[in-house]
Amino acid sequence: MRILKIASVLLLLTIAAGVNVTGQCKAFAKKTCLPELGSYTHDGNYHATVLSEGEEAELYKTFYSDMEYRLSICGDEGLPPVEFMVLDVNRNILFSSKESNNARTWDFKLQSSQQLRIIIKVPSSGQQSGTPASGCVAIMFGFKIKS
Amino acid sequence: MNKLLKISNSVLALALFLALMVASCRSGGKNAKKEADSLTVPGANAAVYEDIKQAEKIFYTLPSPLESAMLIKSAGALFDDNLLNPIENTKNYNTNKSMALNLGIYTCDLSFASLYDQTQLIINYMNAAKKMADGLGILDAIDQEDIDKLEENIHNTDVIMDIVSQTYLNSNSYLEDNGQPAVAAMVLTGGWLEGLYISTQLIDMKDFNGNKLVGRIIDQKLSVDILIDLLESSKGHPAIDELITQVNKVKVVFDKITLTTSPVRPEYDQTTNVTVLKSEVKADLTPEVFKELSATVAEIRSYLIK
Repeated sequence: MRILKIASVLLLLTIAAGVNVTGQCKAFAKKTCLPELGSYTHDGNYHATVLSEGEEAELYKTFYSDMEYRLSICGDEGLPPVEFMVLDVNRNILFSSKESNNARTWDFKLQSSQQLRIIIKVPSSGQQSGTPASGCVAIMFGFKIKS
Repeated sequence: MNKLLKISNSVLALALFLALMVASCRSGGKNAKKEADSLTVPGANAAVYEDIKQAEKIFYTLPSPLESAMLIKSAGALFDDNLLNPIENTKNYNTNKSMALNLGIYTCDLSFASLYDQTQLIINYMNAAKKMADGLGILDAIDQEDIDKLEENIHNTDVIMDIVSQTYLNSNSYLEDNGQPAVAAMVLTGGWLEGLYISTQLIDMKDFNGNKLVGRIIDQKLSVDILIDLLESSKGHPAIDELITQVNKVKVVFDKITLTTSPVRPEYDQTTNVTVLKSEVKADLTPEVFKELSATVAEIRSYLIK
């Protein structure tokens, strides 16, 4: 019975820790990623998750020709610099952060509205020993009327 | 002793259940893993693309209520408060489904009112959205401080937009981070449908040809598949299954529109540091298909705000 009690407590602690990690992503997104939008208005959508080294996330969104956008990608301090790419529906790469000095933001506007795909990757640090680092990664969009 | 053992077993079972729930929530789109990309990438892009594999998390995102309202305004449309969901309806929403959908709907109405400086409506609709968020148990999505700040800055559109954006972020992040992606999807669906409803209702058929807002409505064809993918990721939830059926009715009409886009050419402007994605698009929306779309959206919206 005592073992069962200990097991229950351990499980509940694990759950609490799990909820806490994801809950922290909101604070992380607001504190770290939101300011990167600068003069652009944040659209209000929330895209954040916990990723480990070597893991990826994808995002699909329609962008409109009337707007000018800033895309901002942030990763926890403990993670290697997060890479991202923006692709069109034909899977052509329109932007790569890796080829742009590990940029954390990208400003763009469109001649016609498009659905784009954004791929976010936490690269491996290359360290063989120990558990891969994991932490929050957030993707945020700001917009303003096209000038 | 036996009783204690039973209680302990119950606690363990509950803990295991919760652990499984949390694990499934944290993985989010992991179940939605796609087949590995087999890509043909031209030239220099190929090397970059070699790194791409399956994604651990997939986000399907829609234009937020604020973005939808901005699209309506930038198209030159006029404000019409008759199109908003009356705030008196808040008393009718007692289920999670109706509160979630109408949180999205009221946030879109609030955004619409905000961009057109409708001071009293802004406060009324912020309170309506707060009522929905409170009903859903979303802690601190919209607190009294937000309402006070809104009232103090009622003539400052930039501050109001920031508050609307923050409160919408608070709601979404609470639902996502607390394992309620289906409810979060319902909020997004409500907001998107309301934006589409307002846009379609604002079209005067006498000015159909060349109307900029018609162009923005056609653009929603690009989002309807994303919305269905978003809803499909919570398939099995009765309210979501019902919404999939409703949204599919909209998709059927959008499928009657042919959208042809030329290849996208990114051009970087060094003076502004902005990349312009150049491409041309052709669409063939006829007035008849538009009327069908407008009627379909109105019918669904009428059902959602009941």
